[in-house]
Amino acid sequence: MPNALPFKRLTTNSTEWITVYIEGQPVKIRQGDSAAAAVLVAGLQPSRTTVVSGSGRAPYCMMGVCFECLLKIDGVENVQGCMTPACDGMQIVSQQQARQLNRTDFSDSDLSSANLSNKNLTDKKNEDPSV
Amino acid sequence: MNIPVYDLVIIGAGPAGMSAAATASSHGLKIVILDEQTAPGGQIYRSISNPAIADENILGADYYHGRSLLTAMRYANVDYLPGSIVWAVSPDLSISFSRAGKSSQIKAKKLLIATGAQERPVPFPGWTLPGVLTCGAAQILLKSSGLTPAAPLILAGSGPLLLLIAAQLNRAGVEIEAILDTTPKGRYLKSLRYLPAALRNLPLLIKGVGLLVELKRSGIRYVNNVSQLKALPGSNQLLSKLQYSVDNRIETSSCTTLLVHQGVVPNVQLTRALQLEHQWDELQQCWKPSLDSWGESSQAGIFVAGDSGGIAGARAAEYMGELTAQRIAQQLGKLNKESLLKQTAKAGRLLYQQQAIRPFLDAMYQPADEFLKPSDETLVCRCEEVTAGQIRGMVAQGCTGPNQTKAFSRAGMGPCQGRLCGLTVAQIIADERKVPVKDVGYYKIRSPIKPLTIGEIADLAE
Repeated sequence: MPNALPFKRLTTNSTEWITVYIEGQPVKIRQGDSAAAAVLVAGLQPSRTTVVSGSGRAPYCMMGVCFECLLKIDGVENVQGCMTPACDGMQIVSQQQARQLNRTDFSDSDLSSANLSNKNLTDKKNEDPSV
Repeated sequence: MNIPVYDLVIIGAGPAGMSAAATASSHGLKIVILDEQTAPGGQIYRSISNPAIADENILGADYYHGRSLLTAMRYANVDYLPGSIVWAVSPDLSISFSRAGKSSQIKAKKLLIATGAQERPVPFPGWTLPGVLTCGAAQILLKSSGLTPAAPLILAGSGPLLLLIAAQLNRAGVEIEAILDTTPKGRYLKSLRYLPAALRNLPLLIKGVGLLVELKRSGIRYVNNVSQLKALPGSNQLLSKLQYSVDNRIETSSCTTLLVHQGVVPNVQLTRALQLEHQWDELQQCWKPSLDSWGESSQAGIFVAGDSGGIAGARAAEYMGELTAQRIAQQLGKLNKESLLKQTAKAGRLLYQQQAIRPFLDAMYQPADEFLKPSDETLVCRCEEVTAGQIRGMVAQGCTGPNQTKAFSRAGMGPCQGRLCGLTVAQIIADERKVPVKDVGYYKIRSPIKPLTIGEIADLAE
């Protein structure tokens, strides 16, 4: 849940306003804001936890250098928030440590479409019963 | 696969890239700009095609100067591809880039790298806490979104950008608790010998003094000779206090946002990946590619203009972009040597004036040792969470360079690929070994220079 004090908006040139969802909460932002800026408007800090120790981090450089603003955007993990323009209806949640690899990413249909022979698959299964 | 070929491929659409494109197109070259950002301007003129803030006094006239570059670029015959992340360049100048999640390739007869600068890493205990941002980040949020940091707000560091963002936030009505200047004692005296040369760029010197006067009149608490920064978390693990030392006294201030700055350094990721020759700049304390006076690198056909070739500022980048584009046009047979010299005389003079002030600024604002070689407890590699003490320990065990400490500790192996620790790690190793930084070297940077999905690489096989 957003918990930090939010960044404030000055009077801006007229533009469109859009709604994004930060951890499920609707937040109104300016068209052209990045996903990382949206996180600062919402006060979502930390916006990620580190891979090594799980400590909290938040946007730092805002120019694509530091990778501290990694977010889960519309279901895709490890997206660089400051390099991603926000769009209406975008779902943004914090990135929790390392990206999760789903078993469905490596389904049997993927393997068969990669044209692996049945023999190879069988051999592999014999070597490692967990596959 | 049919790969499009361009006379000139420009990477980056900051002042150098924009002016180079406009100049080169006047010679009828086929040009494409690959820009990582979603709109032209680079960082200095970020969002110049659609500035967020209604009140133009806040950012000041220097920012809106970018409109003239934008206009010139728009009139030029240039393919502009925003949102293009260049991830590899091969020696035959085939360029691989990813755009909207799909990769493609183009080929260049000449390549101009205009990827600009990044802020120098500012390591100190607690710099990874949420709530600590760079001054550049605050400026980007102002320019592109009209957003201002949460109060209470403290600015700490050294350099022209620190003063500029303080003045801009003050004009925007943002309350600043304090400006903590970490410029070490004696720097004013040390930089004095460079002052006569700096006088050649009197307008910029006067602007600098004007900023100092503006800040003084604002009544913001300005503390000189600050050292030993330490950011402390509250119970929620967010930044809550800043501890610092002034005149051997430890002070503590509450803050929600801390903006830090220790100058800018060239973005060498691409020039390093191309294995171009680099040199150590002792005054600027950073690496830069070795270039001839036209911006051509150690590899023929690859040029570098703007701050990615050495820090000289936005105006210098603009003039350098123009010079380089003229030289490229000459190499491609669009004008002879004589007209090249004639057509570049003015830009050359203006560039010289911009460069004249640098040694003075570089000597004055060279970072304090505590940010170049931070204390043992300080995290130097933010991605892989490696401390300065761990780097020192590895040197004690015989590591002689950053590629060895990388292999042992993963420092420099995270998603930022060493952008935020490369300089610090090399400087710590040099300091421990008591050898010059240039003897220690830098990380070996390999393509892809930005993290990619396997799918984005596979696109090229189709």
